[in-house]
Amino acid sequence: MLDDFLFRALLAGIGLALVTGPAGCFIVWRRLAYFGETIAHSALLGVALAIIIDFNLTVGIFATACVIVLAMFYLERRDTLPTDTLLGLLAHGGLALGLVILSFFPDMRVDLQALLFGDILAVSRADLAVIWIGGALALGVLCLIWRALLAATVSPDLARVAGMNPERARLIFGIFLAAVIAAAIKVVGVLLIVALLVIPAATARRFATSPERMAVGAAAVGVVAVAGGLLASANFDTPSGPSIVVIALALFVVTRVRLVRGTESR
Amino acid sequence: MSDPLLTASDIGIRRGERWIVRHVDLTVKRGDLVCVVGANGAGKSTCVKAVLGLIELTEGTVRHAPSLKIGYVPQRLTLGHTLPLTLRRLMTLTGRYPENDVAAALAAVGLERLGNPLVTTLSGGEFQRLLLARALIHRPDLLVLDEPGQGVDLAGAELLDELIDEIRADLGCGVLMISHDIKEAVARADDFVVLVPHEHDPGYLAGGADQQHSHGGSAH
Repeated sequence: MLDDFLFRALLAGIGLALVTGPAGCFIVWRRLAYFGETIAHSALLGVALAIIIDFNLTVGIFATACVIVLAMFYLERRDTLPTDTLLGLLAHGGLALGLVILSFFPDMRVDLQALLFGDILAVSRADLAVIWIGGALALGVLCLIWRALLAATVSPDLARVAGMNPERARLIFGIFLAAVIAAAIKVVGVLLIVALLVIPAATARRFATSPERMAVGAAAVGVVAVAGGLLASANFDTPSGPSIVVIALALFVVTRVRLVRGTESR
Repeated sequence: MSDPLLTASDIGIRRGERWIVRHVDLTVKRGDLVCVVGANGAGKSTCVKAVLGLIELTEGTVRHAPSLKIGYVPQRLTLGHTLPLTLRRLMTLTGRYPENDVAAALAAVGLERLGNPLVTTLSGGEFQRLLLARALIHRPDLLVLDEPGQGVDLAGAELLDELIDEIRADLGCGVLMISHDIKEAVARADDFVVLVPHEHDPGYLAGGADQQHSHGGSAH
């Protein structure tokens, strides 16, 4: 069955959705959507650098994303500019730098389309292994920092008085996010990755009665969106990444409408 | 006398060129209520955060008793409505505790019959009491409260004051509390520290030269 590209795509997408669900919850809770965008935009610079030194693209994206995360931590402490201004600077600076560097290598053919919108149907067995093993590791790390990160989300001061280290939890989460986004770009691409993080979490929010249930719910919504999106893509011959996001969006809208009606009739 | 739970000696915090607070001495012993009093902008919160180790000191020292357990109630905690936290889940935010301890802490502040609603649906007074319950669930040696009555109506504030006295008697803990009501502090506290806004800005107070900070005396 692993020979079937659609089945491989499904496995890859589900593996990713299980991680982007919980990750997306923290993005929503901590208002990090633009932070996620910045990491995604920096991916192009990562690709350019990976091509220069002839290295694995995903590793290049991950390394660049880590640098962006560390730069953000450093710049935020300096406290000179508002966070969204800093993010805009890094996101579009990184994107532009990547495009300029790529223009120096006209012989190198970079599939921009795949980079921007994802190419989940081209997922190989090796990619699958990376996604599932890496995903399991990433979820393990998230479990380890869960309590500290959640406490830091509510109040860094409360977390510190309780002997936790909210700064460390934040930094680990930043690196975790860099890894998740680097892996997810293959599936939905630079432009749509934040949708895969934010929409399932926002959908699950309506039903969740605890942070943990919201994380599980977001993972479930993500899995349904991936499966539905891939099926739709195969049936109607639509692009796979955008189809996944459209299904996620449809789930969000449908659950919203149901809920609004439910409260009105009460 | 037992050893103090917490001793701050001549602490000062500077931001840029300005001293937010300076030359503050503060000691909390077991069973004592110590108040930090002052008008808005006097650096009360900064002072208490420094004592807790949340802010780095520019000068001076803070000593905690060995393995001191602290319960902290911050001044204002705004929860985003995207985070689905219930009353009981908030109690275990920073550590796991047995169901009995959660129930006992909630009962101590009178929230035991509220069930388990989302925290965002609580009233200001209820939320403040919940934060108090959360701070005392691990039976701290020292309870630190940053203006617990703020944003709570008068009846709620009086209820909080009574609760704090009860808890102090029950746990035998020390309490360090910020208050902007100097009369209340003088009447209730075993000791207090008064902070004056701008007292360290050059030339703000007459005399200009090395200012002595207003030191609290014993109320006894």
